[in-house]
Parts: sequence; C-alpha cells; structure tokens
Amino acid sequence: MARIAQALLRRLGGMAIVLALVVTVVFIIVRVTPGDPAAVMLGSDATPEDIAQLRTRMGLDAPLIMQYGQFVMGILQGDLGQSIFLNQPVTTALAARAEPTFFLTLFSILIAVTIALPVGILSAVKRGTIFDQIVVTLTMVAASVPSFWLGLMLIQIFAVGQGWFPASGYGGPGTPFLDRLHHLILPAVALGVVNSALITRFTRASMLDVLGDDYVRTARAKGAGEGRVILKHALKNAMIPIITVIGLSVAMLVAGAVVTETVFGLPGIGNLVVSAVLRRDYPVIQGALLVVAAIYVLINFIVDMLYILVDPRVRL
Amino acid sequence: MNTMAAVSMPFASGLRRLLGNRAMLCGAIILVIVVLAAILAPWVAPYAPNKLSIVNKLKPPSMINLFGTDEFGRDIFSRAIFAGRISLLVSLGVVAISTVLGVILGVAAGYFRSLDAPISRLLDAMMSFPDILLAIALVAALGPSLTTVILALGITYAPRLGRIVRGSTLVLRELPYIEAAVAMGLPTWRILTRHVLLNLASPILVQSTFVFASAMLAEASLSFLGVGVSTDMPTWGTMLASGREYMNNAPWLMVFPGLAIVFSVLSLQLLGDGLRDLVDPRLAKES
Amino acid sequence: MTDTATTSRPVLSVENLTTSFKTKDGWNAVIRNISLHVHAGETVAIVGESGSGKSVTALSTMRLLPAGRSRTEGRILLDGKDLLAATEAEMRSVRGGSVGMIFQEPMTSLNPVFTIGNQIAEALVLHRSLSWKEAEAETVRLMERVRIPAAKARLHEYPHKFSGGMRQRVVIAMALACRPKLLIADEPTTALDVTIQAEILHLLRELQREENMGVLFITHDMGVVAEIADRTVVMFRGDMIETGPTGQIFASPEAIYTKSLLASIPRLGTMGAASAPKRFPEVDASTGNAVDGREMSPVAQTASPILKVANLSVRFDLPHGRVHAVEDVSFDLHPGETLSLVGESGCGKSTTGRAIIRLISPTAGTIVIGGQDVTKAGTRELRTMRRMSQIIFQDPFASLNPRITVGSAIAEPILAHGLMGRRDAKTWVAELLEQVGLPAKMADRHPHEFSGGQRQRISIARALALNPKFIIADEAVSALDVTIKAQVSNLLLDLQEKHGLAYLFISHDMAVVERMSHRVAVMFLGEIVEIGPRAAIFDNPQHSYTRRLISAVPVPDPVRRGLRPEPLTEEIKSPVRPFEYVPPKRSYREVSPGHFVQVTTS
Repeated sequence: MARIAQALLRRLGGMAIVLALVVTVVFIIVRVTPGDPAAVMLGSDATPEDIAQLRTRMGLDAPLIMQYGQFVMGILQGDLGQSIFLNQPVTTALAARAEPTFFLTLFSILIAVTIALPVGILSAVKRGTIFDQIVVTLTMVAASVPSFWLGLMLIQIFAVGQGWFPASGYGGPGTPFLDRLHHLILPAVALGVVNSALITRFTRASMLDVLGDDYVRTARAKGAGEGRVILKHALKNAMIPIITVIGLSVAMLVAGAVVTETVFGLPGIGNLVVSAVLRRDYPVIQGALLVVAAIYVLINFIVDMLYILVDPRVRL
Repeated sequence: MNTMAAVSMPFASGLRRLLGNRAMLCGAIILVIVVLAAILAPWVAPYAPNKLSIVNKLKPPSMINLFGTDEFGRDIFSRAIFAGRISLLVSLGVVAISTVLGVILGVAAGYFRSLDAPISRLLDAMMSFPDILLAIALVAALGPSLTTVILALGITYAPRLGRIVRGSTLVLRELPYIEAAVAMGLPTWRILTRHVLLNLASPILVQSTFVFASAMLAEASLSFLGVGVSTDMPTWGTMLASGREYMNNAPWLMVFPGLAIVFSVLSLQLLGDGLRDLVDPRLAKES
Repeated sequence: MTDTATTSRPVLSVENLTTSFKTKDGWNAVIRNISLHVHAGETVAIVGESGSGKSVTALSTMRLLPAGRSRTEGRILLDGKDLLAATEAEMRSVRGGSVGMIFQEPMTSLNPVFTIGNQIAEALVLHRSLSWKEAEAETVRLMERVRIPAAKARLHEYPHKFSGGMRQRVVIAMALACRPKLLIADEPTTALDVTIQAEILHLLRELQREENMGVLFITHDMGVVAEIADRTVVMFRGDMIETGPTGQIFASPEAIYTKSLLASIPRLGTMGAASAPKRFPEVDASTGNAVDGREMSPVAQTASPILKVANLSVRFDLPHGRVHAVEDVSFDLHPGETLSLVGESGCGKSTTGRAIIRLISPTAGTIVIGGQDVTKAGTRELRTMRRMSQIIFQDPFASLNPRITVGSAIAEPILAHGLMGRRDAKTWVAELLEQVGLPAKMADRHPHEFSGGQRQRISIARALALNPKFIIADEAVSALDVTIKAQVSNLLLDLQEKHGLAYLFISHDMAVVERMSHRVAVMFLGEIVEIGPRAAIFDNPQHSYTRRLISAVPVPDPVRRGLRPEPLTEEIKSPVRPFEYVPPKRSYREVSPGHFVQVTTS
C-alpha cells in the first residue's frame, strides 16, 4: 500500500511539472505574436487611444515577467481573463460551451471503443483470414478520412437525404436533453468511426504481440481452451498498451471535435476556439488551450492509475 | 535483436520485399501520381485553377469538366490538381521541421541522461495539446501564411518524432556496439552520427511518413476552418469549405477534393506501414 | 535406475514423427522420422545444438504448433492412444492433465498480471473440477511440494516478485498439478544459474521418483544429460543421429557428430598438472576424434600490475532501496595473465568490468591503469586510458554496428585517435583480421554476412586495433555453440601468448574458466569471497559459496552422477538494501600464497 501511495505521489509530482510547462507554453504562444496583439485584435480602424486602453486591460504594458506572474496567479485563482468580444470571463464562456463538447467526446470514444475492441481482438485471433484482411484494409482507409469530411458526407446522406437526423445545431436553450443528444449522433459517429480505426489497429497489433508470448503457450500447455487463453490470459496483458492508446485518442477526439463542431454547428468549445481565432480573441484561445491541455494531462494521469490496477509490475 | 536484424537488412532484399508487398507498392504508385500531378500541374491540369466561367457554374462532372465545376464555373479537376501543390509543400515542410527538431530533442534526451528529464517533460507538455488546437493557436498568434502554417504544424508534430527517437536512442545506447565505441574512446559526436543516427534512420523514415500523412490531414482541416494558408491558390480544405454552401445541389464539390485527401493520405499510410514492416520483420509477419 | 519399467508399455511412443512448416516455397520438414519411447519412471533426453529441432519435437508431441502453418505426420501414442487423431477437446484434457510441460524461460512463461496462486489453481480447476476455494488449498500443497518457502504467504503474489529459480518451481507445480504420467521439460534449466539449475534438477528427480512419471527432457547441455537421463536421443538438424542408454552414448558414441560434440564440451578437472591455461581440445570434424590442447607458455613475472583495483564500489539507487552492485572489490591484474571473475547473475562481475573502463561511474575506490590513477580522469585522460583497455561483449549479434562494414568498424578507433593514416589503417585492419583467423578480404562486408563465431572474432580484432594492454572479456564466449566456443577461446589464448595481453575474463561457466585462467576471483552479492591461483580455487576451495558453485556444475559423465552434495534450497539474497545500510568491513585470510578467502563474520 505504501508503495502504491508512493507511486501515486511520484506521478502527481510529474503531472504538476507538466502542467507548469503547459501554462508556460500557452503563455509563450500568445506572446510570440509579431507586433502588438492589441492592435491586431482591434483591427486597422482602431484609434491609438483604444489600443492603449486595451493594452492596459490585457496587462500588456507590464514587463514580461510581471505578465507571467499575473497570468499564473490568475490561473491559480481560477481566472483565465476576460474575453474581449464576448465581454464575459473566459471561464464563463468555456463553461457555457462545455456540454456539447463533453458529450460529443464521450459518445465518440464509446463508439470508437465499442467497434475497436471486439473487431481488433477478432482480427488478431483470425489473423490472415479474409475477415482480418478486410479489417486491416478498412481501418487503413478510415484512418485516412478527415473526420470533418466524413461528417459532411453523413450530413448529406442521413440529414439532408434521409432526414433522420438534424443537419446542424444543438437545439435552442429549452430543448429537452434527449433531443440535444439526437443532435450529437451524426457528429459522434463521424468522429468515433475515424478514431475507431486507430484503436482497432492498435488492439489487433497488441493482441498479436501478446498471443506470441510464452505465458500464452503455458496457458495452452495447461489445457486451457482458446476462449480462456484469449479472454483471460492474453486480453488482460494486451489491455495495458490499449489503455494508453484510448487515453491518447481522447486527446485526438478533442482535436477532431474542434473541426467537427464547426461542421455540425455545435456550440461547443471547438466552435468557440475557431471563432476566437478568426476574431483574434487571445484570452479565449489561451484559456481554451489551457483547459484542454489540463484535461489531457488529467486523462494521462488516470491512465497511469489504471495501469496500477491492471499491471502489478507498475506497483513497484 | 529484432531491430538489429531489421537494420542489417541489405538494400537489395529490401527492394525485393517492396515489390513483394502489394499494399505498399500500391501506396507508392498513388503517391508518385499525386506528387507528379502536383509538380506538373500547369501541364497536367486542363484549365488554369482560377479561370472563371460564370456561364459554366456548378456543372456536374462531364467529359469537359471531369470533376464538374464550382460556383464560379472553375474546373474542380484542375483546382484539385493545383491544390495538391500547397498540400504537399506544407506537409513536406512540416516533415522537415518536425524531423529536425524531433531528432535533435530525441537524441539529446535519449543519449545524455542529464537532459532526459527536462526534454521529456517538455515533450510531454507539448503533447498535451491536441494537434489541431496547438496548430490553430500558433497560426492565430503568428498570422496565417504558408510559413506559419508549416512552422505551427512542424512544432506540433516534433514531439511525436522526439518521443520515438528518444525511445530508440535509449535502446541503442545500451547496445554493446555503442558501449564498445565509448570504450574505444571515440568522440561523442562521432558516436552520435556514425553509430546512433545511422541506426535511427529507418525508424525516423517510417515515423516521418506517418507525420507526412497527419500533416496532410491537419493542413486540410486548418484550411477548411479558414485558419490555414491564406493564398489565392486553391487547397483541398478551402475547396471543401467554399463548396459546403452548394453541397445539396452540387455534391461533386465535396466528393472530389475529399477523395483527393483520402487517397493522398492513404498512399502515405500504406507506404509507412510497408516501410515499418521492412524495418521491423517482427511486425511484418503479423499483418 | 528404472530397468523394471522398460518392459511394460511405454507412456509415450513417438513413431516416425515428421513436422513441416509452411514456407513461401511449400512445406519444409524441420524434423524427420523421429521415433522414441518414454516409460513410466524413466527420463529420456533429447540433446542437440540450436536448430536441431529438439524443441519442435516437444511442441509437436503436444500439438502446440500453430495449426495452419505447421503439419505433423507419424504417430504419437500416449498410453496407446494416438494424439494426432485426438480432437482438440481431448487434447485439452491431455495438456496439463496427463501430460505436464515446463519451458525454458521462467521469466516469461508466467502471466505477469495474475497471481501465482491463480495460475497454479487454474490447472486444478480446469482438469480436476475443483472449486477455486478447494483449488487454493491444493495449490498451497503443490507449492510446498516444489519447495517454495512460505507458500501460503506467497500465494497471492505476482510473478515479478519471484526469482527465476522460484518461477521455474511455480511452473513445475503447475505442470504437476494433475499428477501427469508424463512430463515434457524443454530446456527447463538453461536460463538459470548453475546452483539454481542443480536445485531444480534435483527437485525434478525427486518428484519423478515419487510420482513414477516418465520425463522427456530437452536440452543442449551434455552435462545435464549425463546427470539425469536414462536414455538419450541425439538430434542434429532435424534428424535423429543416435539413440541409446545414456551410459553407452557417453562411453562409446557411434555417430561422428556425437563424438565431436562430446569431445568439445568443456569439462571440469581436466587440467592435470598444468599451472598455466591450456588450449581446448582440437576436434577433427571428419572423424570426431580429439587431441587435447597444449599448455600455454608461462608468463614472465613483472613487478607492476597493468591494472590495480582497490576498494571499488558501485551503488545505485532505486525508488525503494539501494543496489550494492559492487562492494569493496580489490585485485591486481598483471601483464600476460588472465584473472577470471566468476559468479552468478547479479553478483556484480559485469558491473565491475564496466566500472573499470568507466562505462559506468564507480561510487568509491581507485582504479590505476598502467601506473596512472584514472578514477577521476577527465575527458582527455580518459581518452588516453581507453587506448590501454578494451572490452568484448557476450552478444555477437549486437556487438557490431550493422550499418558499418567490419573493416571500417575495426579501423574506427585507430582513425579516431589519429594513430594512422587511412592507408596504413587499411593494412593494419587486414593484419588484424588475419590474426583472428579471418581472410583480410572480408573487411568490406557487413556484420550480417557473418556467423556468431565469426562476429565474435571481429569484435576481438576491433578490441586489438589500439594495441591495448588488457582486455575485459565479458562472457565473451558464453553465447557460442560448444565447438565454436572452444575455437574462440583458443584464439584468445593464442593472442594472449603472442601479445602478452592481460585478460579480465568475466564468466559464469566454470569449466571454461578453469581452462582459461591463471587466477580466479569468486564474486557473490557484489563482493569477492575468494581469490587465488586457478589450481588453488578449483582444487582447494575454501569459501562455502565457491564449493557450492563448483559442485553444482553438471559433470558430463553418467558414471559420476550423483556424487554431488545436496544443494542448498535457499534463494540467493538480493543486493538491494535499505538506504541506511552500511556494508560491513570484510577481512580476508591467506590460505596459501596468493589465495585469499573472505572471513565469514555472521
């Protein structure tokens, strides 16, 4: 137990360092803007007074080190700054748009994993058969399709063509929850299918790797049936790397969500970021980057913790 | 042992296996076609990419306009060919930048113990940003242009290569021939170039191919969102973005640029997969 | 031992077994017409070098080869029932039920994510339809039978907490769970240290006697064969070369291959009155006859050692403790002599070697090379030092950069130190290649074009390039097949005589060490427990560990079987200690001139 606590502490420490670096990277990214960000944000017809005022509001007049200090202090107090165009705190803007992004990510990861695990395992077990070859080919193709394009095609076929699903939006403010979910089905499928390709390929490779291991031979020599060999002995070992890839693909899903939300007109964080970029709303970009990266770091931490559950060797 | 056996494979038998691997051959052929079409665009494309012809707007595919025309009557086929130029140029630039950065960081972290922790944490932090999001933020900060898109995506993908290179370097560093080189008193730079880098060439090549594919997808996404290369030349992403409005009546506006992306990316994936099989026979026998 | 059993019907009869693998060019037979019988209570050994098909024979017998890509013909009768005609379900009840199997790699043959108890109990649940609860009680009993200490407490531990020897006991417990009639053991002790091997062999023999099992034992080690087998089958490249009672095979081998195999094995106690090292016997491949090697010429005594190691310690920290890999090690190495560092895995012998040439940094102590203290040497002094010392590693396949021709690999150190121009270097490379017995024209080839033995010769040539004063040979011949091992060892001896080289010969193989050494140092848990002239160590070992190490070496002579004392069953302690641990100061007693033994304090 003490060792598990120790391992936990070590990873928490690592996470803190990475988070500190993330904060710094975000700070730097927004400051590498050539020229005056305030001037860029206000456009060409802004008066010098307006620009000066915005500079003060954004704290751009202080020396860099002071700005960094303020930035860090703000984050520690849960203050990510003020959106210039939305005229509201960045945290409020992000919170208001969290729901669709959260459910979109959740559904697409569920779709991806539900497809990927059984197909990947079966493909590894039936390696070299027609089924396996079809899986290998399909995953290769699916991994080459941009998810936004797949989304557009799905809209064309199932929303415009068949009218089964809404083509865009998330319903108005008073829309019932189930109706909002209905809006999410097509985007979640678009994202989920593309990502299932990655996880399927990885599951297959990981299973093949494990099926060649000595302890699988031991299990067979013990007289265990194929089902037992695959589902008990091989799968639990194969899951160790697969968990990592699922964790990683959550990050990829968030990236995919940025584009997919735009395609489906979902009022999520991705949509917010894209419009912020087009309007040069730096505080929003900065805040969104931070939050998303922090979530990713957190997911990685959870994956590490799952490792401890699955793999006794990590408990050292 | 496996990597060693792989690395020592002579070139001739590599060539034989390239021809033996149908999927990889397929990928190589598609890629050659895409690259040639892009380079020779002015001679291959039947029309200039921006030639307007309002009378011919939104024409479906025909013998005159193979892929149809867009809302300004421009030839989709010609535009798709020219768009390949931007896509390939950006992706090549991205591969170059991310490879150079990734190899430097990865080798440094993998070979010098004292640099490992700081560099690895930095790579971890960079990898915490989803690729498109980081690229978008960088483009927003630097302003949309060809160079910034290349730079942004290059920085975004460098950590991926960095991690792979670090991992391989860690393995290499423990190998007897590297230790023997240290024991013989070879200068460090010589060990790094002749013994480490030379043996990293294959994994780097494989990974670069996959970065190439990712960069193509990312570039298309960026231009689709309107934060990509700002140019009057078409890109596959901008073609899709502007075609969206007419999607219901003119689906060919969406289909052909999309397929162009799919085929280009697919060719790279096939190539990368095949290369990896060549480099690592242990994986090869599995697919 | 089991003469009565041979009259009854055999437990296992293999008749005309031929197994083929599918390749691009069709079916390729890897073993041909193998026939053998194992009776109850009898041990039959299949012996052969790598690639002889001995493991394929074992796997074919249990139908454990992948179905689509392999094909097995002939008859395999288990208690009269043909296994090749059995259904897969019937095979499952055979595997782990009436036939138990043990494999070579104890470190990987247990599933890392399940507890030991779970894995042993699984066999019981599968075959004896016990509930998991009943199975657990039976599991404890089985673990006690294979002499796992504190069985009950260790039931819920995972494999990574067990040493290699203990893991192999777990595998044995698993194989014996259902009281099989036949045990197939595929190189079960090859990956283990020699003292652990002795214990496992002893355990297997005891269990066999108690259960009256038939045992099919696959090995490459003639010493092990002599130790345990009643009858022996010799295999070579997929064919059965010779079969018969073990005593007869050792006393009067008929096949030339068997003869040369037996002649090449390094044996303990063949040094006679020699005081210097002795070359290995030269075997005539066409007749299998051997002539014993000559004794090397004596070394002129010199006053100053080329290498002087004093109080060397190497420690490194883990999250949960400190590894005392090398602790207070001191010795001298004189020009022209071979000092062997022997001991089992984890004893610190390799770490000592690597610390001396500063591949890792020593924690404490001094290293003096050629009269110069290099312990704290900076980059420049280190480079000068590196011209005096070289190292040869165990793995011939990883010792050479696969991308560089062997010629330029050998020339590299000379060019890097600026000792010669390119043209001279080329001549020098040609000369070095000839010295190690390879044609000079091979310089343009890449490593993958060479065999393991040839690669090891190339590594030696590369080590010689800088004209070093001493060479650290870290298990340099351990990975080679028996005949090649003798040849490369002879090469090392010849080069030593010619150039007056000193060797620090790191090895776990006592029989090779006896031939190669002038002096021997025995290491245990990071410390030297005994050091002295070779004859003193082998003929008059003082420390209990030295005695154990020597007595555990299997003797390739069935007549002398069982002369060894009962081996200890305790597990070797770990060099990992708490951070606050301070190693005790050791003292040594001089037994005879130059022969020192550690005084046991506790």
